[in-house]
Amino acid sequence: MAADEPLVLGIETSCDETGVGIVRGTTLLADAVASSVDTHARFGGVVPEIASRAHLEAMVPTIERALKEAGVSARDLDGIAVTSGPGLAGALLVGVSAAKAYAYALNKPLYGVNHLASHICVDQLEHGPLPEPTMALLVSGGHSSLLLAPDITSDVRPLGATIDDAAGEAFDKIARVLNLGFPGGPVIDRLAKEGDPKSIAFPRGLTGPRDAPYDFSFSGLKTSVARWIEAKRAAGEEVPVRDVAASFQEAVVDVLTRKAVRACKDEGVDHLMIGGGVAANSRLRALAQERCERAGIRLRVPRPGLCTDNGAMVAALGAEMVARNRRPSDLELSADSSLPVTEPHVPGAHPEHSHDHVHEISKDNLYS
Amino acid sequence: MDTATPAVTVALHDGASVIASSGQVDARRHGELLLPAVDRVLAEARVKLDAVTGVVVGVGPGPYTGLRVGLVTAATFGSALSVPVHGLCTLDGLAYAAGQGGLEGPFAVATDARRKEVYWARYEDARTRTGDPAVDRPADIAAELAGLPVVGAGAVLYPEAFPDARGPEHVAAGALAALAAERLAAGQELLEPQPLYLRRPDAQVPKNYKVVTPK
Ligand SMILES: [Zn+2]
Repeated sequence: MAADEPLVLGIETSCDETGVGIVRGTTLLADAVASSVDTHARFGGVVPEIASRAHLEAMVPTIERALKEAGVSARDLDGIAVTSGPGLAGALLVGVSAAKAYAYALNKPLYGVNHLASHICVDQLEHGPLPEPTMALLVSGGHSSLLLAPDITSDVRPLGATIDDAAGEAFDKIARVLNLGFPGGPVIDRLAKEGDPKSIAFPRGLTGPRDAPYDFSFSGLKTSVARWIEAKRAAGEEVPVRDVAASFQEAVVDVLTRKAVRACKDEGVDHLMIGGGVAANSRLRALAQERCERAGIRLRVPRPGLCTDNGAMVAALGAEMVARNRRPSDLELSADSSLPVTEPHVPGAHPEHSHDHVHEISKDNLYS
Repeated sequence: MDTATPAVTVALHDGASVIASSGQVDARRHGELLLPAVDRVLAEARVKLDAVTGVVVGVGPGPYTGLRVGLVTAATFGSALSVPVHGLCTLDGLAYAAGQGGLEGPFAVATDARRKEVYWARYEDARTRTGDPAVDRPADIAAELAGLPVVGAGAVLYPEAFPDARGPEHVAAGALAALAAERLAAGQELLEPQPLYLRRPDAQVPKNYKVVTPK
């Protein structure tokens, strides 16, 4: 770890995790997370207002915890990064407001960054600098996309995405049909280990020869699984929960890995990165490993804790922005719930209103 | 600073008077407007943020999204600068401003709570609230407040319920800061900087999942 690598604090509040991470270059120093997931569980999904309220309560304590964990002083930071989108508007706004206030108070450059690009960049903390280009499969409760990233700070190209439900959403919905609670991912993963993935042939969406090669669809699968379960129940038979979980999960990860490997081959990319909450799924990791090895592709998947939403991923992308001299955001930075994936960060609108100018009055360091 | 109502307002107060202030009314852009307003106010006063010895923030009641912008900004300043952060009821700031404008008590203050409701409270005089703030439909409190002047945009919005509506319509951070300075000088405790939502989040426990098999 070189002392001249950028020291960056990252803030993530796009959904139900209040995350604050601190990195130096590609080295993780702290990853503090406060989650409101338990509060949402009885509603069967994330309730935006509950998430926003929890972010407000957790924001400053989580920043302070991360600084303590990293053993660094806020005045030594080289920048503050924050998820400015996409995500829940009210939730994003808490993090963006905190980041702006923190950057302003400490006289540090501010970087509003893209949540999806952060999910890719976090792998630098695990496996070192990203190859260029990187192929990335992002799968979570909010997104399922295939992205080609020649430069994670400035050039991210969407190849395909889900046309209906996100992969994680399908896990949540099937868990609900099976009365397994929320969130559905971890419990289905666990039960599937004891089931037979070949016992029920559930459909693989959008895999026909004329279908969009890199797009996903999980809505038909979800309906098909629900009907299968309902038919069993209507016949008075016991539902083989473990086999259903295993067969459903297999259908999802089969399509995800098949399309991701195909995209790598088509684009001549020899690295595949998988990120997002569903990347914590053990079967997805195993099948991706198997298929990548067969195709001569190197697979990069961060440890499960870095796949789910966290502040470290935002800090990782922020550090890359600093290292590559990208233009900081300005104090007008807004939360953008539908920030396109093609915008890895949100540079200040007017170069003449750059950070230094806005802070003209306080140019001499506040702590000098 | 206060972002609990459509007004985004910031002021710098030196314990004796307001040195600089800013007020913008835009219910949808609290997040974009607040920090630039802080920067402008400090620049106008030729003061750096690290010279500030305390932060006062309006805790509402207010519609949630905007309200949180001021609260999280204040809390973050407090943490970054190691200075105390105090809360004040936004309605108290409006009452104080009405008093500065010459209104004597008793009166009431009402702000727009959206959904055809107002946040409101009664005041003995500009410094003395009687009772906790509440959220209600104007028609349901019209009789209770009959004959009283009612200050604020929530009153102006519903003239049939509040015939004696008065200004100022929006809270000004200068009044909030002046009230806080007065209370702190008198050794009084201010509020914790925690939001006054007055409503539960809209969230419903889902019914059983919808069966997808056609009948
Ligand atoms: Zn995510």
